[in-house]
Amino acid sequence: MSHILAIFKRELKGYFATPVAYVFIVIFLLLTGIFTFYTGRLYERSIADLEPFFMFHPWLYLFLIPALSMRLWAEERKTGTIELMMTLPITTGQAVLGKFLAAWAFTGIALALTFPLWITVNYLGNPDNGVVVASYLGSLLMAGAYLAIGSCISAMTKNQVIAFVISFVVCMMFVVTGLFVSVAAVRDFLPEPVARFLGSLSFDNRFRDIMRGVLNIRDIVYFVSLAGCWLFANALILDIKKSQ
Amino acid sequence: MGALVEIKNLSKKFGPITAVDGISFNVDRGEVLGFLGPNGAGKSTTMKMVTCFLTPTSGTASVCGHDILTDSVKVRQKIGYLPEGAPAWGDMTPAAFLDFIAEIRGFRGGERKKRIGRAIELVGLQRVLRQPIDTLSKGFKRRVGLAQAILHDPEVLVLDEPTDGLDPNQKHEVRALIQEMAKNKVIILSTHILEEVEAVCSRAVIIARGKSIFDGTPEKLEAKSRYHNAVHLTVSTEHGSNVEEALKGFDDIKGVERLESAPNGHASFLVFPKSGEPIIGRVSEVARTSNWQVEEIRSEPGRLDEVFRELTIGAEGGDRS
Repeated sequence: MSHILAIFKRELKGYFATPVAYVFIVIFLLLTGIFTFYTGRLYERSIADLEPFFMFHPWLYLFLIPALSMRLWAEERKTGTIELMMTLPITTGQAVLGKFLAAWAFTGIALALTFPLWITVNYLGNPDNGVVVASYLGSLLMAGAYLAIGSCISAMTKNQVIAFVISFVVCMMFVVTGLFVSVAAVRDFLPEPVARFLGSLSFDNRFRDIMRGVLNIRDIVYFVSLAGCWLFANALILDIKKSQ
Repeated sequence: MGALVEIKNLSKKFGPITAVDGISFNVDRGEVLGFLGPNGAGKSTTMKMVTCFLTPTSGTASVCGHDILTDSVKVRQKIGYLPEGAPAWGDMTPAAFLDFIAEIRGFRGGERKKRIGRAIELVGLQRVLRQPIDTLSKGFKRRVGLAQAILHDPEVLVLDEPTDGLDPNQKHEVRALIQEMAKNKVIILSTHILEEVEAVCSRAVIIARGKSIFDGTPEKLEAKSRYHNAVHLTVSTEHGSNVEEALKGFDDIKGVERLESAPNGHASFLVFPKSGEPIIGRVSEVARTSNWQVEEIRSEPGRLDEVFRELTIGAEGGDRS
């Protein structure tokens, strides 16, 4: 546990030691703002809720999270620090978890910095704050799943661009399965259970449920276990091919 | 428990390439083992396996009684390791970096401060503690890596090319540090600088093409040289023409070779012994009785670079045929 904490602290400080943190946070806030006000028309809707804000999160994360996760392991490989890290008396699992939790905490910080929006809607009307809290938690959970995918893929290569592109594509599959099965032609073609299964894999579908204020235990289990699987694969990949 | 470090038939294959091919040796407390070999011979790969970074294809090793395959975290606790090129997180300062290492190594509070302070002092990092590692010179980066490796005063220290890229003064400092620490540790260092082996190592292991081809003291390595105990003789030119004639016919002298380079008005020779026994007494006796005007006479210890070349090229040639 103390090893995970040590790596967590080092990593989190690392974000703020370079411009990465500031660039990411500024871009994240800027994009959420644009989506919320222009695309989501927060004001024009005249409804005091944060749906226009949250509904774009699956799409925003789709490219922002791979941009964050691509360096997690690829950079360690590139600079050779992976050798230093893996010859310290820590297990691969501790290293994976420490780095993942730091990246997750960092996304949490970026997400928390959108709080002025929450204040704004509370000032303008009477939103259901329970729904807002559930949505924030759901968004954070979903970010964790994206990050775990990105972290695992970053461990496969020393090239950050490759890590970004592959993570983007894999995450994309988890988002679009929902759209895909909602198309009538596809639904006619696919057997019902398969369509349901594909739909249930979708981040977008899950997150829509959460945005309605139902933070179901099933959704929590889904995101957590998905992240767990990818992180387990992450550690396995590192153990198998540590060098190169 | 046997030796502190036992390497048993260690092999590593990368696809079709065999990087390390059945290497075995033991190293015990107080030894400084110089690991020599041409580039790509498998030095770094062997070190990476001993430090649990790479998993061997076959064979194993144990460090302080812990097996690298089954007890790898314990092994890593016992080892201090400086990887090739001394990698470190460039955005951290040496102070933050060493603090992180100390935390991972399980030191808390005052003990942590003490350990970090001692490591900083030993490698001389005081001046650059608050500067990001990325901005440091190669020499300082190497020292940061060294400080990290010795922080927990490990029983086994593995250093991959510790003096590579350092200037002569820094090399000297690092060697002095290694010698100082050597007494109650095992130190394994890889290098391709042969003078370094003479300067700090109590034992040399040469590998080529993944196989161990020499294991012994640096003196024993020198003795393999054809220059070992050869006599370097410089006399004035007038006597020069007699030298080759006069030294012929002795049992213990194999031959005399005239050297191209000689100080003005002098002639220089190399006299080779037949069996590797010292012949300087014989040569000086001949010089005295022949009344040569001797400018210089000395015995050669042997040339490591020549032995190294012979051994390693021999091994590679043998493999090809």
